[in-house]
Amino acid sequence: MTKKLSRTSRIALFLAGLVVAAASHAAGGADNLLPANTQIGNKGMLQRGAAMYMNYCAGCHSAQYVRYSRLAEDLGLSEEQVMDNLVFQVDAKFGDTIVSGLSREDGIAFFGTAPPDLSLVARSRGPDWLFTYMRSFYRDPTAATGWNNTVFANSSMPHVLWELQGIQEPHYGEPVDGGDPPVEHLELIQAGLVTPGQYDASLRDLVSFLEYIGEPAALKRQALGVWVLLFLAIFTTLAWLLKREYWKDVH
Amino acid sequence: MAGPDKAASPKGLLGWIEERLPILAFTKAHTSEYYAPRNFNFWYYFGSLAMLVLVNQIVTGIWLTMNYKPSAAEAFHSIEYMMRDVDWGWLIRYMHSTGASLFFVVVYLHMFRGLMYGSYRKPRELLWVIGMFIYLVLMAEAFMGYVLPWGQMSGWGAQVIISLFGAIPWIGEGLVEFIRGDYLISDATLNRFFALHVIALPLVLLLLVVLHLGALHTVGSNNPDGVEIKQGPKGNRWSSEAPSDGIPFHPYYTVKDIVGVGFFLIIAAFIIFFEPTFGGLFLEKDNFVPYDPLVTPEHIVPVWYFTPYYAMLRLVPDKLLGVIVMFAAIAVLFLLPWLDRGKVRSWRYRGTAFKIALGLFALSFVWLGKIGGGPGTDAAETVIGRLLTVVYFGYFVFLWVYTHFGFERTKAVPERVTTHD
Repeated sequence: MTKKLSRTSRIALFLAGLVVAAASHAAGGADNLLPANTQIGNKGMLQRGAAMYMNYCAGCHSAQYVRYSRLAEDLGLSEEQVMDNLVFQVDAKFGDTIVSGLSREDGIAFFGTAPPDLSLVARSRGPDWLFTYMRSFYRDPTAATGWNNTVFANSSMPHVLWELQGIQEPHYGEPVDGGDPPVEHLELIQAGLVTPGQYDASLRDLVSFLEYIGEPAALKRQALGVWVLLFLAIFTTLAWLLKREYWKDVH
Repeated sequence: MAGPDKAASPKGLLGWIEERLPILAFTKAHTSEYYAPRNFNFWYYFGSLAMLVLVNQIVTGIWLTMNYKPSAAEAFHSIEYMMRDVDWGWLIRYMHSTGASLFFVVVYLHMFRGLMYGSYRKPRELLWVIGMFIYLVLMAEAFMGYVLPWGQMSGWGAQVIISLFGAIPWIGEGLVEFIRGDYLISDATLNRFFALHVIALPLVLLLLVVLHLGALHTVGSNNPDGVEIKQGPKGNRWSSEAPSDGIPFHPYYTVKDIVGVGFFLIIAAFIIFFEPTFGGLFLEKDNFVPYDPLVTPEHIVPVWYFTPYYAMLRLVPDKLLGVIVMFAAIAVLFLLPWLDRGKVRSWRYRGTAFKIALGLFALSFVWLGKIGGGPGTDAAETVIGRLLTVVYFGYFVFLWVYTHFGFERTKAVPERVTTHD
């Protein structure tokens, strides 16, 4: 009996290992991304991230699935606080979703492509990508907006946070196979309003907020999941005891 | 508990019904009087778990359809509406999406059990073939379900898979249009896939499951020793006619399966509540972007459970040949009961070469799955993948040669299951 059990548990351990390995394998995607270290459970970060989003992003990027009222509820803010400080949309009501003032047509006319909706961007791109992307803008006089990006080359988005971060210039390496020389690293040539450390912290707030709006249920599901697992652990133990009792007839 | 007493029939309303429709007798015959071998091990949990997942998919599916809109303009929005504005919508959706992947985990393990213990061998050939039809319908069901959220992978995945039918000579192009209902993947495609996914295929699936169970209860379950308990001695403590090595399915295997259900639900709940996308394997990242026919994703990769076959398709340089190889990889499994002519069923008593071959077969399937899930640009991987495809098909050739010409050296099979009293 003990021998059999240990074999079963070994199989279970093996399967659990497989699950973890598969998940971590799948999670590791693109190279050279910096860890965003987001904290969606941190209300302070989400509130600061929301403020950044409304001030710097929402002008062009809608978040069509995100309601102001839901933000208030999840971020621990009152209707007044949200309506007075976070809503810049004309005639917006508390139950409305975040819609930018920039129309699709104007977006295409100004940038060549309409700025995408950001409701789900953290789910499609991943927080690390967003964090690294927002750190990797550099001056490029040949680009239409004057900015280019090492994570997303020739991105049509200008560096909207340049005031905060400052201006970075690229250092090029040797060209490979006769192509354009690759950007090796970026150097801050003009300081911004905040230090690089503060800039990173602000980006963490912003990306945490984006991750939250990507899946507001994440706040609830993890808290609930602990109780579900606890229940299942007790249930399975009882089921196992019941099985052992019945199987006394067989063994 | 009262012993089986056939003379005592229920009275009152229940008796009235029983006389006209023997529900109780039927239930009894398939639970407390269905005798299963007493030596089931770990591998025997997956049949009941597959039933559990099927019920989960149907129940959560019903609730999903209450808010889902099967139209190209609204499908993506309706899913996000569910994820945010519908009470518990996120939970129902994750139960359904996680359930889909776990369905394949469970079914693959269930099928591998059959390979290990020779459960497809006579007299269980039809049981295996019905099971294979279940697998086939399940793949169609999963594919169409994946199109419904109308994300980038939904649309482009559908584009790739449906275009495979275009490789068929003469009728190919017409067939592709017939399936899509349009000249491209469109609202018409989504609408008909919805119809097939929520009603047509589930009905077929349920019917096949009933047939699968009917066939199982006719021939009886195999077991890890591959010994036929019906041919062993008769009589046990529950019945004088039942096989001595059989125990009533209920309560013994029902209580045992509940323990399996408990462990399974712990794994499922962990995924649903803490890692619902499973690192992009269960819900791909690109599917959080609405389908755009003008923007091709960098890599179009089907969900993990199709990747072994997808790898084979990609590794064959010719399109038609690739499609043939891919479908052959599934079709050949149907023939398994007739390819394997071995004298014993269970790998416990089979030749060493069989064990090695089965191990290599499993390895080729998993490794091909890994290759099929990647970008498919690595040259070395292409060579390895082609080799693995040969190994996959080689298993069936080997099995026939090995058993038909009597090369297999088997061990002595015990008269009765190894754990008998």
